[in-house]
Amino acid sequence: MSNIPADLKYVASHEWIRLESDGTVTVGITDFAQDQLGDVVFVELPEVDSEVTADQDIAVVESVKAASDIYAPLAGKIIAVNDDLADAPEKVNEDPYGDAWFFKMELADAADLDKLLDADGYAAACE
Amino acid sequence: MGKKTPLYDCHLEAGGKIVDFGGWDMPIHYGSQIQEHNAVREAAGMFDVSHMTIVDVRGPDAKAYLQKLLANDVDKLKETGKALYTGMLNNDGGVIDDLIVYRMDGWFRTVVNCATREKDLEWMTAHTKGFDISLTERPEMAMVAVQGPEALGMVQKVRPEAAELIDGLKIFQGLPQHGWFYARTGYTGEDGLEIMIPKEDAADFWQQLSEAGVQPCGLGARDTLRLEAGMNLYGNDMDESVSPLIAGMGWTVAWEPAGRDFIGRAALEAEKAAGIAMKQVGLVLETRGVMRSHQKVVVEGAGEGEVTSGTFSPTLQYSIAIARVPAATGDTAQVDLRGKLTDVRVIKLPFVRNGQKQF
Repeated sequence: MSNIPADLKYVASHEWIRLESDGTVTVGITDFAQDQLGDVVFVELPEVDSEVTADQDIAVVESVKAASDIYAPLAGKIIAVNDDLADAPEKVNEDPYGDAWFFKMELADAADLDKLLDADGYAAACE
Repeated sequence: MGKKTPLYDCHLEAGGKIVDFGGWDMPIHYGSQIQEHNAVREAAGMFDVSHMTIVDVRGPDAKAYLQKLLANDVDKLKETGKALYTGMLNNDGGVIDDLIVYRMDGWFRTVVNCATREKDLEWMTAHTKGFDISLTERPEMAMVAVQGPEALGMVQKVRPEAAELIDGLKIFQGLPQHGWFYARTGYTGEDGLEIMIPKEDAADFWQQLSEAGVQPCGLGARDTLRLEAGMNLYGNDMDESVSPLIAGMGWTVAWEPAGRDFIGRAALEAEKAAGIAMKQVGLVLETRGVMRSHQKVVVEGAGEGEVTSGTFSPTLQYSIAIARVPAATGDTAQVDLRGKLTDVRVIKLPFVRNGQKQF
């Protein structure tokens, strides 16, 4: 069974979202997603400072098996990306909820957080 | 629920992630496809290939039958156990399947793909007319491929009774012993063995190899290894609509003797006379991104082609692909990577042999 931490939020396209104390969010892909992809070999990240809309495809993760788009879970601005993934894409497999975060965002509207799935909702979406 | 090989429980026990492959429940990997791949390049890995179909051809006309059925000529096999790789073609010269044939003592053993099993058997049976032969499938045999620079030594360690026989095996030769069959063949570009085993012995053998340190490898690593080795995958790199002459299998077509009228010969001769329009090449993308099958290849001044198999190469650490391109293609081309035309190098296959880069 894949690991779905209870303290995170999710979207059905397999990104996780963590609300930070300063109101920004950190985004990555779930354990279920990395397991489905298999060994990750490249990660292409969005531009810092770019404005994105919810469900916009803004990043790409390539595994040995396939290429997958990564979507902005909510509208807002990209304020940081995890450049370490360029040299160590395997971190996505090893530590999907920790070292392998993809990007950080400032949300356009904090109320949008209510639209996200909780762990139970995401577990149901994976079935 | 698909068909299960005699090693299915071993795969579950080793943490194999099971997927459907041509109706069989097979492991795609046991954790990391890349680690499995590297084990084969650096030491030894093992693959369950029991899903493949073994068909024995016996009878006074066995040789004449195979000389008609196959594009390569089994008459080249002068020694018992020697094997050759060949296409089985339809009348239009398209590839029905690719297979290995072993010359045995007065008979022949063939190994065909699992996904094509039914149509192969149908075709083979349909063309027995006029030949005094029998075709016998061997579903009671399991098959394990042990591959890598340490593969032969590992098998000799767990099967000491076969050590001498294995020492004497030439590349592309297979010999029987006490109901087992050891062949020095493979699909990885490394030295190694493909071993056919009575079903009931398979799990113990697998277990012993595992304890000796041989890495279980899934279909994922099998695919990246064969791609690096520049070996075709049926259904990807060729099929019934593709002639062996444009699928990198020209060397497997035996034109001599000119009087040998194998199935598909007339079509291939006509194709050759008209000029062969396409060729198979390797593509190398040294920057980011991964080439995938069905992507478009653009060759300035020569036309368009297609990636037939693409992946990330764990050995080279960038993407490689097998592609079918216009015959006039030179050293460079472009591949449509998710909408972006990207420059790639064109090379002669293979990419990797015995752990070493080949281009």
